[in-house]
Amino acid sequence: MVSRTTDDYLALAAAGCEAVCEPAFWAGFDRGSVEGFHDYFCQLTEYEPQRAAKFGLPHFAWLCLNPKEAEDLKLAEEVIELIPKFLDRPNVLGIGEIGLNRNSRNELKAFERQMDLAARCRQLILVHTPHLEDKLKGTRLMIDALKSDRRINPARVIIDHVEEHTIALALDAGFWAGMTLYPQSKCTAARAVDMIETYGPERLWMNSACDWGVSVPLAVPLAALEMRRRGHSPAAVDRMLHGNPLQFLSQSPKFKLAAE
Amino acid sequence: MDVAAFLDRVQRADGPDDFRLKAFRAALGRLRSGRPDRARLVLASLSDPTAKPGKAAGNKNACGAWPGAKTTGH
Repeated sequence: MVSRTTDDYLALAAAGCEAVCEPAFWAGFDRGSVEGFHDYFCQLTEYEPQRAAKFGLPHFAWLCLNPKEAEDLKLAEEVIELIPKFLDRPNVLGIGEIGLNRNSRNELKAFERQMDLAARCRQLILVHTPHLEDKLKGTRLMIDALKSDRRINPARVIIDHVEEHTIALALDAGFWAGMTLYPQSKCTAARAVDMIETYGPERLWMNSACDWGVSVPLAVPLAALEMRRRGHSPAAVDRMLHGNPLQFLSQSPKFKLAAE
Repeated sequence: MDVAAFLDRVQRADGPDDFRLKAFRAALGRLRSGRPDRARLVLASLSDPTAKPGKAAGNKNACGAWPGAKTTGH
């Protein structure tokens, strides 16, 4: 992952992680030009795979203009036109994390443009749903947009950052639902396991938030401990940590784990 | 305990409740509902229920409760 330190890669490898998937993300500040995005996409598709490989980890990336930088539609359009130049890179799985942040009109336009790009280029889609008070509204807006485009197969879309009030919206519409785990804020491991127990494991996965705020790259293995603590079988844990992500991501022919 | 300690902390502080604290107190009432989906109810009660996209993003960060909710402060 984009970082100057290597502790995370070491910890992930030691914990038995078999692959890292890194969506294009906000830099913590608004990038000032399309060239900034170009350099970032190079980092995700050239440098990070080399760095991860030193720890035996295949590295995969998703590319997009993230929702926090979507208010400037002129820049957004330039970035969206740039993305296809990178789609053939060997570690690119699809378009993501596209989405909404504050549910503005411009954010929605940028989301719809990237949705169209993904449909035209037959890419998997990873969707970011907003945080806190904006999540429910944003999830509804984006599901409506996705469902209105017949080119988009819900089985090839994952709606990420679901919580208790949005998970059913994603699953009932046929999408995959991702629970992004945080140690303190937003969805914790305990709540994620509650949702697995309530809705079952079908089309559900967990991922570790690796945000600028407090987050734990090993959140998913730690959630496995929560599952085991509650008596879930090794097979059930393996399905959530390995089987389900493998099922979804293998829809991209580029997603290959290290040969056994 | 965290909720109790937070409320104690707030009571020691100066100033009126802001809309987030009012929304928080209203959401607390839902914990007594006896329903099996309290987490969903709490999240929904704090959420923006409107349907149309906003004009502009403004502040990039959400704050935890929808400012447009009508709640009674206490």
